[in-house]
Amino acid sequence: MKYQVQENCLTVFLPQEVDHHNVEEIRKESDHLIARNHIRYVIFDFADTNFMDSSGIGVIMGRYRKICLLGGQVCAVHTSERMKKILTMSGVTKIMQIYEEEK
Amino acid sequence: MEHTNEMELIFDSRSSNESFARVTVAAFMTSLNPTVEEVSDVKTAVSEAVTNAIIHGYEGEVHSIFIHGRTQGSTLFLTIRDEGVGMENVQQAMEPLYTTKPELDRSGMGFSFMEAFMDKLEVESEPGKGTTVKMEKTIGKGRRLWTTQSL
Repeated sequence: MKYQVQENCLTVFLPQEVDHHNVEEIRKESDHLIARNHIRYVIFDFADTNFMDSSGIGVIMGRYRKICLLGGQVCAVHTSERMKKILTMSGVTKIMQIYEEEK
Repeated sequence: MEHTNEMELIFDSRSSNESFARVTVAAFMTSLNPTVEEVSDVKTAVSEAVTNAIIHGYEGEVHSIFIHGRTQGSTLFLTIRDEGVGMENVQQAMEPLYTTKPELDRSGMGFSFMEAFMDKLEVESEPGKGTTVKMEKTIGKGRRLWTTQSL
């Protein structure tokens, strides 16, 4: 798992499988980085991800709740068809933009 | 007679076993010749049910989770059972966004996901006795458009 901080923007490179088991670490590490670096924007990078359940939705909603009070935003990049389906179904796309191409 | 197959899986309620459980069920259902999409649907549903058993059923303690799988014709039947704390109000627990553990960033969408990805979902629970989740899915029915609609 990798994290990248650029100014007030945090990119979370999600692992292959996002479930309850590995969501804990993502939650702790990203909260730590958000607090330390005055993060306003969180980008979830799904390039490697081929499995996610509702635990992943919980993490996205939790980070959104944290930074939306500061006027921040969350977004998703490199989403596969499967990930788009999961994100759309859960309704999390109402608070999070999916960007098709990063560059 | 229709072709049937059966399996049973018993494992510790450790979060590291979540991927083991869903991969095992995915392997079990391969005889039904499912699409990648159908395998992903079942994996997600199994993951939700097992996560529920670990976090809510056993509240982090390590006990056994039981999965019973059966295929009959082109239908997969799954029973995922724990002997944990159970639930008073199953109806309420199944409501979208309802969660008893918001502090853990749980989205409250576990049952909604199971319902959306499987054809049938039945939940039985008794406080102090445990919870049983029964699901079934018929393989090869083709893609249904509603599944991509927002809950």
